[in-house]
Amino acid sequence: MNSAMPDTKPSGRKRASVDIMTWGPFIALLALAVLGVLINPAFLGLDNLSNMLTRSAFIGVIAIGATFVITAGGLDLSVGSMAAFIAGVMIILMNSLVEQFGAGLTTVLFGVGASLLLGLCAGFINGVVTTKGKIEAFIVTLGTMGIYRSLVTYLADGGTLSLDWGVRDIYRPVYYASLLGIPVPVLVFLVVAVIGYILLNHTRFGRYCFAIGSNEKVAEYSAISVDRIKTLTYMLQGLCVALATIIYVPRLGSASGATGVLWELEAIAAVIIGGTVLKGGHGRIWGTVVGAIMLTMIGNILNLTDAISNYLNGTVQGIIIIVAVYLQRASWRKLAP
Amino acid sequence: MSAQDQPRLSARRICRSFGPNQVLFDIDLDLYPGEVHALLGENGAGKSTLVRILAGYLSPTRGDVCLDGEVRHYRGSGEAEADGVVMIHQELALAEQLSVEENIFLGRELRRGPFLDHHAMRERASETLAELETWVDPQTRVKDLGTSDQQMVEIAKAITRDVRVLIMDEPTAALTEHEVSVLFALIERLRQRGVAILYISHKLREIEQIADRVTVLRDGQLIDNGRMAGRSKEELARLMVGREIHDMYPERSVLASDAPVVLEARDIVVPGAVHGASFTLRRGEVLGFGGVVGAGRTALIEASLGLRARRQGQVLRNGQPVVLRNLRDAVNQRIAYLTEDRKGKGLVLNMGLRPNLTLLNLRAYCHPLIDRRREDQAFQEAIERFDIRLRTQADTAAELSGGNQQKLMLAKVMTIDPEIVIINEPTRGIDVGTKHQIYHFVRELTDAGCSVILISSEMSELIGLSHRVAVMCAGVLTGVLEGEQINEQEIIQYASGIKGVGVDEQRHA
Repeated sequence: MNSAMPDTKPSGRKRASVDIMTWGPFIALLALAVLGVLINPAFLGLDNLSNMLTRSAFIGVIAIGATFVITAGGLDLSVGSMAAFIAGVMIILMNSLVEQFGAGLTTVLFGVGASLLLGLCAGFINGVVTTKGKIEAFIVTLGTMGIYRSLVTYLADGGTLSLDWGVRDIYRPVYYASLLGIPVPVLVFLVVAVIGYILLNHTRFGRYCFAIGSNEKVAEYSAISVDRIKTLTYMLQGLCVALATIIYVPRLGSASGATGVLWELEAIAAVIIGGTVLKGGHGRIWGTVVGAIMLTMIGNILNLTDAISNYLNGTVQGIIIIVAVYLQRASWRKLAP
Repeated sequence: MSAQDQPRLSARRICRSFGPNQVLFDIDLDLYPGEVHALLGENGAGKSTLVRILAGYLSPTRGDVCLDGEVRHYRGSGEAEADGVVMIHQELALAEQLSVEENIFLGRELRRGPFLDHHAMRERASETLAELETWVDPQTRVKDLGTSDQQMVEIAKAITRDVRVLIMDEPTAALTEHEVSVLFALIERLRQRGVAILYISHKLREIEQIADRVTVLRDGQLIDNGRMAGRSKEELARLMVGREIHDMYPERSVLASDAPVVLEARDIVVPGAVHGASFTLRRGEVLGFGGVVGAGRTALIEASLGLRARRQGQVLRNGQPVVLRNLRDAVNQRIAYLTEDRKGKGLVLNMGLRPNLTLLNLRAYCHPLIDRRREDQAFQEAIERFDIRLRTQADTAAELSGGNQQKLMLAKVMTIDPEIVIINEPTRGIDVGTKHQIYHFVRELTDAGCSVILISSEMSELIGLSHRVAVMCAGVLTGVLEGEQINEQEIIQYASGIKGVGVDEQRHA
């Protein structure tokens, strides 16, 4: 105790087990990719890879928002319904604007703007009700999940909302086009991930998320506006849902009560596979990105093989989620003195 | 009762390492039936590790634990408890959502056939609590109890077992004076029943009062052991720290007669905790706050700073009314607050030391992204200035000893360059050496023109450091003592409401 040791570099032993945690999801992704190649060499085809990444972009973007919410000790179950509701409103708005502005860029921009605004508002509502109302996030977002889901069903009158064919042609490239050989959704995913990484690891906001998720009282006693930061995480989540919806709508050009079902669980799964702690205090953006890609990759590999039925997709995903978390917990335990 | 000359529980040449760090070196310790054995040492000396080994929570790297002369290899605390070796934790380990009686009988519920015998458990719980003079309903949920009652429940839980060896790790840290005397009476009864007791405390006065034998550890080494008779407090303090401690309390700085009032609180009311209390703080002054746990001192200060809701009251800074809605407002007024709850409110335990240091004033290290190099630099400066000792290369705040956590918190609040520093229980659970450093730091602060509010349950600390002492009793500020008035008797009389204003009316109200 008396021997002061000012050298504070982490010791080699601890560094090693931290590395297993940091790289675990990446190693798992690599292993899954190798399995994919062994099953079917077509897995590595450029078309297949870009298709897979494009599909993982929706869940991925939403999951990056969820990383913030979960790191700060919250939870958002409403994202799937929120996406469906936003998609529905976007389609109705754009269809109604066709008369005024024609099937042009203006109409699409209005739709995009409305989406972002709705996402922010929805997040704000989740945030304010949880923090000011002092109700558990699970309950609040379970409530809003039901509300958005029924609203989109109501807007579609139980059927499907379809985007005007003219607008569809203008809007189409947002999902189907490529820039520098990279599909637009993948680019969006990448940009959101980079911004998310910087925000979480290099700004006050990110540091505060960690602190609040670890111990709200400590955060409060460290002069952090806990309610404001938590509300901001939900708004960021809403923004991410809006972005995901913007790239999703041109894919099918429609929305219904079945849009985005179970996306919330996929997003949470991606976050957890990536090494973020479900009860908060520790979050990792790149882990989340890997988690989202892994979830899509499982489906993709099952598509390429006849050995396991495609219907068992959920089973394989479920096993992988549980195994991933088990491995993380095991390494946490090793970390403890 | 077994023969007095055979130890009930003994440690034989126990060593323990965590990875490459050895924290215990060949420790021998004998606990005899019917004796209270005190274990002393600074924070980080290895006391907690040793008692965790004795109680089966940890296994020794080398050496043996023997019960009645037989070597035991405990693989968990359950096995030790089956042998009658019970430990009361420093950190409360109760299930908050369960009731008092459910906690007391947790894991060994009384049953009638396959069903719980609620009646019998309630009866026995009531009896035990009565023995401890703790008047709580056994059906209350533990989370609704105050800290000191929780501590008593923890003790009740231990003594309802067939205890042969009782290990108490800082049991009085959260207790009021009265509860301490009740606890000591209980210890006396257990001693007469032939229980062997191992007692860890930083309070040398308590040790002097109850211990038959004493063992001193320093840096994981056995420094001294033997009978308490013939050993003085001063000698034990010196053995613990390894050097003489002179001038435990630095001389008070001289307060300028025209020192302006920098902070004033008027008529603060916190429902159920503070009934209209007012105080002033002058530049360069140390204002002590005395009173028993639960007298409303923390509530008064935290309500003044906007950390708790208050029904009425006004705060003036340099004579100007200010609105403090949360701690950020207080920080902007250059008021720093150190909570008494280091682990629950003070530090993010699973975070690194640097982020903890900079958390209060993170914006100073951002432009606009966090500048890790400046954080590192600030951290190195803090280590030197506050003598934070990193025994191992601690990755997280949880790995620091209590004293070093306290120093890290001091360093943390100093990042805002405060003019007023409010310290709540600065030395709770902290060793003599660190206490000494903290007292001298308080003196440095006042020398630099800062003002300090010191909330403390340690009488000697209040007397040794304060220019004035405000005393509270049951939510009422009963008096502010000055000069010669600042002595133990006066403080106790005001703290218990024998002297002072407003207590009676309050009680009748």
